[in-house]
Amino acid sequence: MERPLTEHIHPDRPPFNIKEYEAVGGYAAVRMALKEWSPKQLQQAVQESNLKGRGGAGFNTGLKWSFVPMDGNAAQTKYVIANADEMEPGTFKDRLLLEGSPHQLIEGMILAAFAIQANTSYIFLRFAYKKAARILRESLQEAYDAGYLGKNILGTGFNLDMHLHTGVGRYMCGEETALLNALEGKRATPRAKPPFPQVSGLYGKPTIVNNVETFCCVPHIVNKGAAWFRSLSKSEDAGTKLYGVSGKVNRPGIWELPMGVTVRELLEEHAGGMRKGLGFKGALPGGASTDFLTSEHLDVKMDFKSVAEAGSRLGTGTMIVLDDATCPVGFVHNLQHFFAQESCGWCTPCREGLPWVEKILLSLENGEGREEDLDLLKMHTDLLGPGKTFCALAPGAM
Amino acid sequence: MLTTTEIKAIEHEISLVPHKKAAVIEALKIVQQQRGWVSDESLGAVADYLGMSQAEVDSVATFYNLIFRKPVGRHIILLCDSISCYVMGYRNLYAALQVQLNIKFGGTTTDQLFTLLPNPCLGCCDRAPALMIDDDLYTNVEPENLKEILAKYT
Ligand SMILES: Cc1cc2nc3c(=O)[nH]c(=O)nc-3n(C[C@H](O)[C@H](O)[C@H](O)COP(=O)(O)O)c2cc1C
Ligand code: SF4
Ligand code: FES
Repeated sequence: MERPLTEHIHPDRPPFNIKEYEAVGGYAAVRMALKEWSPKQLQQAVQESNLKGRGGAGFNTGLKWSFVPMDGNAAQTKYVIANADEMEPGTFKDRLLLEGSPHQLIEGMILAAFAIQANTSYIFLRFAYKKAARILRESLQEAYDAGYLGKNILGTGFNLDMHLHTGVGRYMCGEETALLNALEGKRATPRAKPPFPQVSGLYGKPTIVNNVETFCCVPHIVNKGAAWFRSLSKSEDAGTKLYGVSGKVNRPGIWELPMGVTVRELLEEHAGGMRKGLGFKGALPGGASTDFLTSEHLDVKMDFKSVAEAGSRLGTGTMIVLDDATCPVGFVHNLQHFFAQESCGWCTPCREGLPWVEKILLSLENGEGREEDLDLLKMHTDLLGPGKTFCALAPGAM
Repeated sequence: MLTTTEIKAIEHEISLVPHKKAAVIEALKIVQQQRGWVSDESLGAVADYLGMSQAEVDSVATFYNLIFRKPVGRHIILLCDSISCYVMGYRNLYAALQVQLNIKFGGTTTDQLFTLLPNPCLGCCDRAPALMIDDDLYTNVEPENLKEILAKYT
């Protein structure tokens, strides 16, 4: 079974430096694509690979890049941004890639920048990832020293700067337009779309924002081709995926597996099943903002379409397990406390509604609930549903 | 008043962005790193330096939970209170910390050594419960381990 993203990651030793990374084929994709491919060709290869964004929404990455205006003023400023904000509770996948294979991310970002002809790029890293920050700083310097970043990369005339930006908290910084505001030194509230960032993003310039894991797939697609990437998967969605499991299972952890493994395989084979004496009550398949799957969903494939058909979302692919000894009301209260706290306050239903939901759940947990509370909760699932708020935080909370 | 060290660091950040205002978060980070927190006076100095109103700078400063607008202790404890740590028992850690430090979330110990804050998911949910003290991450923490961990910080 191939594990292109994590093949060279060993948690018990430091990540590859640039020489070690090059020795296993690192930066070969950059050397080939920058010298032999056109930006359009690269966009097409990624589109054909059917790589879908690993940040949660699952949008075709090559298609997203193709919305960047490439004609006219070729010299116009454009940006590429890696979303390394990873703050969705229960999610710990990008940490593995950032700490374990920094050059893979940098290489993927260089390719993306070439594909849209961007000359400036940022890694937006959450504050808590101190180790990743240190590793990335060193790796960026190595990439500059080796001539993969900076002016006239590999003599091709292509220029690219890459900066590390570390955040100062707030989940909302992960929402891509709020992230742009945060990078511009503003409050991290989202922007109205359209215009989409691909047309008007950072400082009003064309910008693509992708998740860390998404970028990490790109060098492999360039090296081995779109068909190979699609063939890695067990389902309609291409590639491998980092899947994680946390909660009271025997072996919580993270694994790179073919896209589309079932919930059961993940839980039983990889996470080692429930701890002794505990039963499985349900799971959030991909972070705090995804809906519960229950024991009737054990054979659901963990890909974008199948999980959606089961009434939830693949999200980040990192599952949180609810066992039968943990209070489900307390569990949901914990989630709503998070969302209420992290609401950016921009729109009323979310700002006012979430604290209300949190309070009702707390009173239920404390045995002080009233019959009408259930109606109130139900009403909020509608008031905060998809399309009624400015961003996806509120629907994610419901 | 900003110190020359602070001004030098802020000028570097300004050089990386298209206009001065865009460096405001970085400027606040720089000031906080030097002074531990951002007082009204420090905030005013940043505002003056960047040509912004104090209200504008404060609206940014108070949005981000890791810019401190109140004095904090020498070390910051961030205890993860999100879902995987909830399942794995962060509340036991919180109870033990309250006893050992005699403070609640938001509080600073009387010797000014620690400030205790709740923090959303620290991104190591497979090793929950987790906490950070300054730049150090501790995972699979049991209440019994706390004494030893805290003793490292003076
Ligand atoms: C509240 C909120 C928080 C988000 N946080 C993250 C995050 O931390 N990392 C991430 O990659 N995407 C996050 N997203 C999704 C991004 O908005 C965006 O869809 C993603 O970065 C696009 O990259 P992709 O196409 O490679 O997935 C978040 C979305 C919302 C609504
Ligand atoms: S839904 Fe919530 S988080 Fe999103 S913009 Fe509205 S208030 Fe902010
Ligand atoms: S929920 Fe605590 S580290 Fe993720």
